[in-house]
Amino acid sequence: MGEQLLQLLFTGLTLGSIYSIIALTLVTTFNVTGILNLAQGEFVVIGALLAVSLQGTGMPMIAVFIVSVILVAILGGLLERLTIYRARGASNLSMLIITIGLSISLRGLALLIWGTETYSLPAFSEGGSIIVGGAALNPQSIWIFALVAVTLTGLYGFFGHTFWGKAVKASVYNQTGARLQGINLNTISFLAFVAAGGLGAAAGVSIGPITMVTYDMGFMLGVKGFVAAAIGGLSNVGGAVIGGILLGILESFSSGLISSGLKDAISMIILLGVLLFRPEGIIGAIRERKI
Amino acid sequence: MKERHGYKMKLKNHRGFILLLLLLIIPLVADSNYLYSTLVIIGLYAIIVQGLGILMGYAGQISFGHAAFFGLGGYTAAILTTRFQWPTLLALLASAILPGIIAGLIGRQTLKLRELYLALATLSFGILVHIIFNEGRELTGGPSGMSGIPNLSIGSFQFDSDQKFYMLVWLILLMLLIGIYNLVHSRTGRALCSIRESEYAAENAGIDCARLKLHAFIFSALLAGLAGGLYAFYVTFISPSPFSFHTSVQFVLMAVIGGLGTFWGPVIGAVVVVALNELLREIVPLLIPGAGGEYQIIIYGVILVGLMIFQPKGLSGIGQYFRIPLKKQLKTDVKIRG
Repeated sequence: MGEQLLQLLFTGLTLGSIYSIIALTLVTTFNVTGILNLAQGEFVVIGALLAVSLQGTGMPMIAVFIVSVILVAILGGLLERLTIYRARGASNLSMLIITIGLSISLRGLALLIWGTETYSLPAFSEGGSIIVGGAALNPQSIWIFALVAVTLTGLYGFFGHTFWGKAVKASVYNQTGARLQGINLNTISFLAFVAAGGLGAAAGVSIGPITMVTYDMGFMLGVKGFVAAAIGGLSNVGGAVIGGILLGILESFSSGLISSGLKDAISMIILLGVLLFRPEGIIGAIRERKI
Repeated sequence: MKERHGYKMKLKNHRGFILLLLLLIIPLVADSNYLYSTLVIIGLYAIIVQGLGILMGYAGQISFGHAAFFGLGGYTAAILTTRFQWPTLLALLASAILPGIIAGLIGRQTLKLRELYLALATLSFGILVHIIFNEGRELTGGPSGMSGIPNLSIGSFQFDSDQKFYMLVWLILLMLLIGIYNLVHSRTGRALCSIRESEYAAENAGIDCARLKLHAFIFSALLAGLAGGLYAFYVTFISPSPFSFHTSVQFVLMAVIGGLGTFWGPVIGAVVVVALNELLREIVPLLIPGAGGEYQIIIYGVILVGLMIFQPKGLSGIGQYFRIPLKKQLKTDVKIRG
């Protein structure tokens, strides 16, 4: 019993880390631009599918990872310039409709290029599972934990120690104030989408070896990211990360101990519950976004 | 009051009349069941999009869960008539009320907050309801659905043909169009418009924004539920597949294509999207052999994005290109005089 619980915990932590990264990008984009990016899950899938194709050409896995991240980051930036930038000044409602439109177009594009097949990616490192306390820990999970750690450290460094990081932070606190200081909010929005694309692809390539990759998995991943972000209060980066990990563990335990058919239902109930009863989020500081 | 009455008269004289005429002419010239069944579906979608249009165009909110309200209405009608032997008319009433109550529960909390929360709540609600339709085998019949739903009947009169159903659905739609026109030109309608323009200004003018938005949301869910009940009685069979998230996006697409906050928008949107569905079903397999219906989603996505950027007023806003703008008229006037 103890081993089974530990095993479920490992699975949950791995899934949760991926949810954390998606939630992290959602919250960052939302804070900076006020846009809830419903296409975020699609960045994850396109990253993973690109990696499948690149890997087929015989590239080493590290190069596959880097190229795929760069390509999807470019895609994110390109889409921002083509759509969000052109519609700047439109209402949040219009922006939301644009991102849902982007999401279904990207899903259709993935279907057109990669078809309905299920793909798998090789693990980053060779070797079997590591046995910890009687439960098997997939080495890929360790890579995923490392990715979360590197992302968080990177973001911390970016926000705390670089000019652009401080500019982004300033525009989160007060957009008008930031603009008056000469910070170009259009550039910030562009950067947010580039980062969202790159980080999404990184999450996709990392989860590929554990779960299979199909063209239509992005929607649910994106929604799970929203659940994680909502647990954390939608505008709190730290809360989003903890929310993601909590959600992963909860999902893993409920599908392992109760029923796997209801796995998705449970996260939807959590999201509805949080939105209806504690919209400020379960964890973290209550911080309303400034108008 | 006088002003409101004036609008009512104007409407009766023009727009409602055109629709009524169409309603009466079509059965005279057409006798194909395919046309009738397409028109019934368009009518049902237009009823849903009417409600969604009020929610999006006037209250400035969006719902990604209207397929779920549509489905809830359908399943309520199906379950009440087949498992509990309710009379059909009573079941139809219940199929509108239940989604309304659920919308009230969801909206009460989320609408007090910023605008995006309702989008997230309806998104998750839609997915949850779709899972329940699929997994709740004892009640809903699971993925294979439920059959044997009786025909809708009022007294001894049965709506058992496509033609009768077409008349019923479009009559409801006509009454709805007139009702909404009057609503938009009433105090409530102007209050809704002011919320759309600026929530802060509306609050300062003494308008209870949260309450009004809640009413708009409940109203739109009622209409979706009513359309769902009618759908169940029309098809007499129900399964989870027409009520997925994809359908919710289609409803949003219809509202946006037709033009938000316009009189004809919902009807135009429903006609265009249903026609586009049929067209893509014919054309896509010719261009890409072996392609399934899923390819149409790319086109929907591109249309949605393109419309929001280049034509946010939808097809109803295109008319403005054909009219000479007032400024130009004035300039030419000046030239002639000069």
